[in-house]
Amino acid sequence: MSLALDALTFLAVAAGGFFFLAGTVGLLRFPDTLSRLHALTKADNLGLGLIVLGLLFQMEDPFAALKLVAVWLLTLLAGGAVTQLIAHAALGGRSAGVTT
Amino acid sequence: MALDAVLAVLVVGVAVWTVAARDTFAAVVGFVAFGLLVALIWVRLAAPDVALTEAALGSGLTGGLLLGASTRLGRTEAEATGELPGGLLQFAAATVSVLVSAGLIALVLLLPEPAPTLAPKVAANIAATGLQNPVTAVLMAYRAIDTLLEVMVLLLALVGMWSLAPDHLWGGAPGRREPADPDGVLTFVAQVLLPVGILVAIHIFWVGSVAPGGEFQGATIFAAMWILATMAGLANTPPVMRRSLRLLLIAGPAVFFAIGLAGFAIAGAFLAYPADYAKLLILIIEIPLTLSIATTLALLVAGPPEQEPQR
Repeated sequence: MSLALDALTFLAVAAGGFFFLAGTVGLLRFPDTLSRLHALTKADNLGLGLIVLGLLFQMEDPFAALKLVAVWLLTLLAGGAVTQLIAHAALGGRSAGVTT
Repeated sequence: MALDAVLAVLVVGVAVWTVAARDTFAAVVGFVAFGLLVALIWVRLAAPDVALTEAALGSGLTGGLLLGASTRLGRTEAEATGELPGGLLQFAAATVSVLVSAGLIALVLLLPEPAPTLAPKVAANIAATGLQNPVTAVLMAYRAIDTLLEVMVLLLALVGMWSLAPDHLWGGAPGRREPADPDGVLTFVAQVLLPVGILVAIHIFWVGSVAPGGEFQGATIFAAMWILATMAGLANTPPVMRRSLRLLLIAGPAVFFAIGLAGFAIAGAFLAYPADYAKLLILIIEIPLTLSIATTLALLVAGPPEQEPQR
């Protein structure tokens, strides 16, 4: 049982690490602000989400597990909002119905 | 081990980059990244209390202060970067930096083995404070005078900054009044985050007696929530002449100082607590202290009065 849990953790954390790597490459390589933001949100949302999911399999204390999920949800909120604000600033205050 | 090596190289690299950055805004971004890396190093050194403080105060709040400063400097920055200090001054600054670094390196390398420590004494006597977190015991009992002086320094810094206000704005509210935008992203974040943030702040403050946390970290989160509310335009900053605000600012240090003085009568020394009431007295100090620190930090970020006082 614990072997299966370890395997799930390994898979999820590795996938999360992949999204962080891809997001970072995108942040460095993409040509304009909006594309770079797009790459960055993938690292925050999916990367962190998968890493949290992977760590959940190792948690014994349900409250500690809840805290991990709360960290992910708060990062989603902050990341999404900051992305909107940066995109707004990058467009020079124009709101162009951009979704990230 | 590999992780520690990567962290050490990264932190030195970011530090050099921050010092070398010509643009103030870029330097502030470097400083915030530097603070987060230092916080990670504190975690690796098994000092989560210091890591929390570094992340919240050293990186987050100080970063916010410096961002505000760099925005204010924006107008004059072009001229300021043109004037390089003279060769002699640069040489003197480099010499002092090298000497201080060499002194610090020598100190660390020449420490006796085992290094001198008071940790066993703290561990042996912690029961007398009624606390379980040794860091909080040091901050609130054994070295309470340091904490008291730190809070006083914060207040002095605030008074010093307020004194930068021009005469006709004296007594007014700090910072600009941000317009409220009911459909704005920031308004949404503030409304969702505020209750969560306040809960987290109370939690961090409360667990300080048994686990990493305490009044400074909790107060920083309180302050951040206040700053968020004013940035989103949900609330205006209070005018600095308001009496209730002044009372809130001095409540913590005043209670701390009063209980410290009472220590002469009830326990025989300044800032000494009688063993039976130590935990209770520390709690009575910590609650107003947290509110005072939070108010001071938020007002430090808000800046000097910029709005016309209403007379």
